[in-house]
Order: sequence, then C-alpha cells, then structure tokens
Amino acid sequence: MSVLAHVFEAAGIATVVLSSVREMAEKTAPPRALHCEFPLGRPLGRPGDAAFQHDVLARAFALLDSATGPVLVDHPEVIEADESPLACTLPPRFDPSLPPAVDEARGLRRAFDRSLARRGFTSVGRVIDADGVPGALAVLHAIAEGADWKDAGIPGGNTTAVCHDIRTYYEEAALELADGPVPGGRAVEDWYFDQTEAGATVLKARAAIRDGGGKFPVWFYMTPGQR
Amino acid sequence: MNGDQAMRAHSATLPGPVFDDPAWVTPPPLARSTVAIVTSAALYAAGDEAFGAADAGYRLIERDRRDLVLGHWSPNFDRAGVAVDLNVVYPIDRLEELAAAGTIGAVAPRHVSFAGNQPDDVSTIRLDSGPAAAAALRADGVDVVILTPV
Repeated sequence: MSVLAHVFEAAGIATVVLSSVREMAEKTAPPRALHCEFPLGRPLGRPGDAAFQHDVLARAFALLDSATGPVLVDHPEVIEADESPLACTLPPRFDPSLPPAVDEARGLRRAFDRSLARRGFTSVGRVIDADGVPGALAVLHAIAEGADWKDAGIPGGNTTAVCHDIRTYYEEAALELADGPVPGGRAVEDWYFDQTEAGATVLKARAAIRDGGGKFPVWFYMTPGQR
Repeated sequence: MNGDQAMRAHSATLPGPVFDDPAWVTPPPLARSTVAIVTSAALYAAGDEAFGAADAGYRLIERDRRDLVLGHWSPNFDRAGVAVDLNVVYPIDRLEELAAAGTIGAVAPRHVSFAGNQPDDVSTIRLDSGPAAAAALRADGVDVVILTPV
C-alpha cells in the first residue's frame, strides 16, 4: 500500500494510506498514513459499524490538510483480534461410512446455499465449487491417513487454492448459521481450525505433506502461518 | 503470540522500498475532490478475471458493484469481516454517504484492487501495473485515493 501511495502520488493523485503494519509505513514513508492497529483484514476496523468507519475516514482525510509530509498518525483506538472461536452449531454425524469431514461438509450445504442465495455470489471457486468440497476433503482425509500426497488427486493440483475454497465454504456457511453480533477478527478462523472436522483434516494433511517431503509453498499456505 | 501479532512481526521484517524524492500532491479541497478507493484485498467483481497466485496486476471495479469476490491468496488475515460488511475493506457506501453530505466532491466511477501478496521487490506494481492503474483513475478525474491494505 505504501509503495502504491508513492506511485499514485507521482501520477498526480493525492493519497492517504490506512496503515496496518507501522514499521512498514515508517520504512516506506508514504506521503500520508493513518496507522490503524485493527485486526488484519479489517482496515476500517469494525464491520457493520458505519459510524466507526466514518471516524476512520475522517481522520484519514484530515491528513490531506497537511502542507508537508510524510505524515504518519496513529488512530487512537486499538482493536485486538478476538481469539475465542465463533459459536456456531455443527451438523450431527449423518453417514458414519464417510470420513467425518466429508459428512460434516455435506451437512453444511444448505447453510452455504442460503448464504449464496442471500448474497448472490461466493468467494468459493478458485479450483472447486461447493459441489467439490466434500470430494476435496476426502482427498485431504486420505493424505492425512497416509496416502501419498503426490498421487492423491488434489483438486487443481494446488493445495493453497483448494484449502481456500474449503475454508471459504465453511466460513460463508457459518456466518449464515451463527447468531449474535459480527464475530471479531480471527473468531471464525478459530472456529474453523479448532472446532470443525474440516479444519482438523486440513491441519493433519498439511503436516503429512510437510513430513512427506512437500516443498514449503505446497504445505505452508494451506493454513495461516501460525498454525 | 496470536495470528495478527505473528503476521505484523513478520511483515515488519520485510524490505521496504525507499523513495528518495517522493512526490507530493496538494489536492483540491476535499469537498471538490473526486475520491477513489485503492485496496490490496484482491477484490474483483464476480465474473471478472480472478487473481492468480502471484498476480501483480490490478482490477478495476465499477462504482455500483457490491458483488466482489475475495481473491487474496494469503490465508493470514480475517475474511469474515469483509464477508459480513464489504465496507470494512472497501468503504464504497461510506464514500457515497460522504458525497451525499457534500464532504467529498464525488465518488469516482471506478476503483482499483491489487493483491497484497506481492513479490518482495514490488517492481511490477512500482513500474508497470501501479502507474497504469493510476493513469486509469486520472483519466476518470480522480483527485484523492484512500488506500486500504489487506
């Protein structure tokens, strides 16, 4: 973002960056930056809170009044990521002949479909659509149980992409099922990796690929780095 | 260390390009400025070209589109917030409200999305796709951009 600010400024457009990593804003020194210590992925801070978002924008646009730069100002509020998992009921076991994650993914399909009907679009679809999620989990389950990852038939041959699609399918379904306020940053991630069979399967498959000689980019980006 | 702390600690170690003679633009008064959003969330309009894994290009987003797919390849940030409220990443409705109130002059007809996971040298966005995107916004009469990182 800071690099792009310099590029756009050179093209004749005034810029204001909402910084998320203060050290990077200090190094690259964009003309104007409002550092926002908010959950990563939420540069305006609070979803569903128009007043707070307007406060962020007002503080950012106020930096345009500075006669000289670079200007780096901190937003006065710090928002910590919520590390407690989203409260979201998972479907009961239905078909014990299936791997648990496959059965679970099938059980979430109606919630996913309701989300898709309400929103009109989905971010699932990098290498599989919703129909492909149970099958992809079956492949990851097999890898987790010892199958050779190189011959397992990973959809699209791309672990990062297929794990994105599975996680997004779960997250969009969970947001349709969960009641209450908008979940905090990391709450849905924590639900997925700590409480669902799919998350556990992805983590096990990732470890199996790593231990089976997979190169770093093949396994590392299947989950957030700290996992 | 939680996920955000780990990512911030890692990001703080990445190389940061230094601009020796940085440009500085004094825009028109905000109430007369046309404002655009530039995000690095790899958002793109449903049906448009998806972002590839090492995509250093950009996508233009028409002002009226809200069906924006999250095309970012990093798993290291919250995605639920933007799924609930697009404006937490791409504050297009907030800009419309500011324009209606007369706080900003106008909302730009097109906005820009890049992918935040760029090669460390960021040479393409610095020398190629970045200037091209800026030229597109200049052609639309944009005076000010707000940059939102993911």
